[in-house]
Amino acid sequence: MSMSKTSINPFNHDVMPDNTPLVNVNYNGKWIQVPKGLNVVEVTQSQGEFLPHYCYHEKLSISGNCRMCLFEMGMPKMDASRQPVLDANGKPEIAWMPRPQIGCATNVTEGMGIRTNSPLAVDCRKGVMEFLLINHPLDCPICDQAGECKLQEYASEYGSGESRFVEDKIKKPKHFDLGKNIVIDDERCILCTRCIRFAREVLDDDVLGIVNRGGNNTVTCHPGKHFDNEYSLNTVDLCPVGALTSKDFRFKMRVWFLKETKSICTSCGTGCNVTIGSREQTVYRLTPRHNEEVNSQWMCDTGRLNIHYLSGEDRFTRPLSRVKGELYETSWEDVLRQAGSRLKTFSGKQISLLASGRMTNEELFLTKTLIDELQVSLYDILPRQGQGDKFLRSADLNPNSIGASLLGVSNDGKNLQAIKSGIQSGDIRALLVLQEDATEAGLSVEELSKLELIIYVGLAPNATAKAAHFVLPSAGFTEKHGSMINVKGRVQRLNQAHLPPGRAMDDWEILRDLRSATTGGNGIHTIEDLFRSMSAKVPALAGLTLNKIGDHGVQLSLTAK
Amino acid sequence: MSISLTPDFEKKLDEAITHYPVSKRSAALPLLHLWQEQFGYISDEAIEFIAKKLEVQSIHILELVTFYPMFRREPIGKHHIKVCRTLSCALGGAHEAHACMKKLTGAQGDDHGPCTSPDGKYTVEYVECLASCGTAPVMMINEEFYENVNSEEKAKELLKKYQ
Amino acid sequence: MAVAERRILFKHIDEPGYTVDIDCYLKHGGYEDLKKAIKLEPQFIKDEVKKSQLRGRGGAGFSCGVKWGFIDAKKTTKPIYLICNADESEPGTFKDRQIIHKDPHQLIEGMIISCFANSVHLAYLYIRGEFPEGARILEKAIAEAKAKNFLGKNILGAGYDLEIYVHRGAGAYICGEETGLIESIEGKRPYPRIKPPYFPAVLGLYMCPTIVNNVETLCNVKHIVNMGGEAYARIGKPNNTGTRLIGVSGDVKKPGYYEFECGAITLGELIYDVCGGIRNDNKLKAVIPGGSSSKVMRADGRYKVKGANSEMTEIGLNDIPMDFDTFAAVGTMSGSGGVIVMDETRDMVDCIENLSEFYAHESCGQCTPCREGAQWMKKIIHRMNHGHARKEDTDLLKNVADNIAGRTICAFGEACSWPVQSFIAAFRNEFEAKAK
Repeated sequence: MSMSKTSINPFNHDVMPDNTPLVNVNYNGKWIQVPKGLNVVEVTQSQGEFLPHYCYHEKLSISGNCRMCLFEMGMPKMDASRQPVLDANGKPEIAWMPRPQIGCATNVTEGMGIRTNSPLAVDCRKGVMEFLLINHPLDCPICDQAGECKLQEYASEYGSGESRFVEDKIKKPKHFDLGKNIVIDDERCILCTRCIRFAREVLDDDVLGIVNRGGNNTVTCHPGKHFDNEYSLNTVDLCPVGALTSKDFRFKMRVWFLKETKSICTSCGTGCNVTIGSREQTVYRLTPRHNEEVNSQWMCDTGRLNIHYLSGEDRFTRPLSRVKGELYETSWEDVLRQAGSRLKTFSGKQISLLASGRMTNEELFLTKTLIDELQVSLYDILPRQGQGDKFLRSADLNPNSIGASLLGVSNDGKNLQAIKSGIQSGDIRALLVLQEDATEAGLSVEELSKLELIIYVGLAPNATAKAAHFVLPSAGFTEKHGSMINVKGRVQRLNQAHLPPGRAMDDWEILRDLRSATTGGNGIHTIEDLFRSMSAKVPALAGLTLNKIGDHGVQLSLTAK
Repeated sequence: MSISLTPDFEKKLDEAITHYPVSKRSAALPLLHLWQEQFGYISDEAIEFIAKKLEVQSIHILELVTFYPMFRREPIGKHHIKVCRTLSCALGGAHEAHACMKKLTGAQGDDHGPCTSPDGKYTVEYVECLASCGTAPVMMINEEFYENVNSEEKAKELLKKYQ
Repeated sequence: MAVAERRILFKHIDEPGYTVDIDCYLKHGGYEDLKKAIKLEPQFIKDEVKKSQLRGRGGAGFSCGVKWGFIDAKKTTKPIYLICNADESEPGTFKDRQIIHKDPHQLIEGMIISCFANSVHLAYLYIRGEFPEGARILEKAIAEAKAKNFLGKNILGAGYDLEIYVHRGAGAYICGEETGLIESIEGKRPYPRIKPPYFPAVLGLYMCPTIVNNVETLCNVKHIVNMGGEAYARIGKPNNTGTRLIGVSGDVKKPGYYEFECGAITLGELIYDVCGGIRNDNKLKAVIPGGSSSKVMRADGRYKVKGANSEMTEIGLNDIPMDFDTFAAVGTMSGSGGVIVMDETRDMVDCIENLSEFYAHESCGQCTPCREGAQWMKKIIHRMNHGHARKEDTDLLKNVADNIAGRTICAFGEACSWPVQSFIAAFRNEFEAKAK
């Protein structure tokens, strides 16, 4: 596990090795013990407090340029024999230095004194705050960062009510195209260099830099070149101000209207932890959520931007059933009753099932139950292999291949050919397709047309839906509850950020109801119940509940396949 | 790339790189100097060429070219007159010297930037301290250094050498 | 009568017939000190430098022996580098220029000895871009020294190798800051590094131990080897040993460069006896004693110094002896030895406007207070000096300077704010008068 940490982050200022010795530090008048070498920004954090900063980031090199984290520092007073001088309480006396130090580049040593709230420290912060704002455009009303801007945040604490600056502001490039996903406003930029350091240190893609000099310093990339990295949008998160904005998100929604839901990205097998930003029924953005064991604080642009299909115009909002060759909207009651009773007319040997590596464990568990109860002999998932990279992108583009294998629904695609042959020979007469398009799995439209029954569970039209007899509208990943297991065997939770559109339902509920309409089944009422019955049957999940998985997931001990 | 360099010039660049056995990137300033001496200014092609030669991204050469005032992105007058404007020279008459040079050469433009004569022969520019404060006002014309340029006669005399 | 100069470093400067050629240098006893040094233990030379109490001549006046003491060739597996800081760009300073252009071998010899003492095998001579002629002279001197085996492989048969390369800057004052200079040699923007952790002695050039010394400092090392550390320490005053190269510019009759024993001459003697007094026999108004960053002093000010019996006494400007400790005691610094003299006709706001423009132009822009503050100060002063001063501007300006000094990555923060603070402290009335 520690392997993944070192490979994702070149620096981890917030994580000290377990065996780090403790030192005594006088923190704002109180003696505390903290790991030796921890920097002062992290020390304040460990005390539940906060030392304002812009350029410091725990996963990037220390640049020390913003000067916001200046604090008053002291060292133990020494007597002539180089022994610490003790006060009346037997504690070392501290000699305070007249010159403030930056917290990010100061690593604590034995007996150090730290004052983060002394008049000097507060005065330093006020001074820096004023400097940062004099040339800033102060265009908060139209700035995308408003609401999550560190300038706004600290200005409310350390800013002045009125400006003393009556000169002309420095002009710099605005809405400059930095790459396919990013725009920069250099007048808002505070030159903290987080974006430059991220590109250099984390991505090894050193295309950002600063041109000009002094007050005219400008962050940019070389004319004609672009910052088109697969991870470029992380710089938008890193940017403490509104300089770097996402072309995809900018001007779409004020951030304070966004509801934040903890979940995971489902665009590949890594399962980056994310925060879903949604309002009403719409997802506006995904942002990476800190998890040292999976993605640290990063995610790829592909995953981040893979949300727009969720609000597509073409989403199924009602169940459909085919009458005289045409699909008509119907009620869940009808569609389930009809689909169930049609399905029951086939023997297990006549039914095939195409499931998906994009399904949750809960959905897969119910699917396997259905497979068993109907004695379906041919079933599989559609494997999805991509390129992958050395950073976060997995070559497995299914987010839950491991779950599909563990729960016995996957045959790694080996059965797909047999299903095709079965349909061709007429042995297979009914097909259940869950969250996939059968044509992607190698079946032709002509083969699909031979089938007597196709039940399709999915979000939006595709070739399978077109041929289906029943379409059961389901939920996207931001609309559902459940769990998935990433390629490293970590089980993680999806949480529902918003409801699916119209009458579409969470997939596990659809499967539960389809099962009950087909084989009777038992009444499972909640996802938690479902997880409990699953963990009772699957040894790898024994003892787990959705609650226990928590926000950061649980590493499973899976034996190699 | 469409640049063709003489073998002699390329040899000079390669020789400069040998001065930095630890890191090629260190040769950035020497290469920029050599380029500007040869071609008069640092073109976009120059930046690309040097970046490639030193195995860095072109932005990191642009970062330097735009930081150091001695590097130019555009050609200037045939003769470059740099008048020191910092305190000791200002006390010694730098502003008069600058104005005089502008007048004599016909150089036009805002005093804060390079002023070039319409015939392209002279560019007159203020620079910061040239470190000869005891002989103010001082100036450089191309690479030569001149002290006590405190009269129009003296300035005229100087310009005779630069036709 | 005027205090006599004591020319050690400037011994041959402007001597008729003295050229930059190595033959001339050799004729005048050149490289004899290297021949002597190379037979000594490196540690012995370091000890002599320590005994000499030599203080750095770049501006900060830090002990050279202590600086060298941070580096122990026996304890590091990394290479050690030495860089000569010949970026002379502090306004008012023009001493190194004389050595570079007129006696380059003195510097090269001092550098070779210093490199040998510190087990350095690769050294750079960082010369400001505005000295193209100086760079050519030094390159030629290095080639000559190499041809005579004072440089290169197996120097003088002693088994010691050293290469020195000239590295030209390109017009940036900040490259005089030692870690900015190091970044510049690394081919990066010359942004000064944060200290801690990037102390040159530990994590310098290419993250290896590095010594950065000024031209004058390195030349002094040659003379310390020549006369011995203790003998050198007898020149000048305790803790202010050796000679000081001083450049005088501004409103004096005979501006120029001089060399005196540390503390042997007072400001008054320098201005009136050595430099012939104030031009047009005007009255002296103010002196910037150690390069433009040092705090300005009023001619009619009273200054507290330690007297002969170490009791405090008050003296006038003319009586201030020119050495490191006294200038520090009276609230300014001897800095780079550049004395700028201003007479009664000068408008102090004009003068500080000129300097503030310099600092705004030279701020590298890396850290917030300096990037924003240097520009802001320039704009305020410019506005005040061009008919738009407000009553509150003087206090505002002072406060902006206060918010820079001591809060930046490098000493540029002080360099740009001390002049403003001190001009206001000494001549507040002239600033306030602008608002009327």
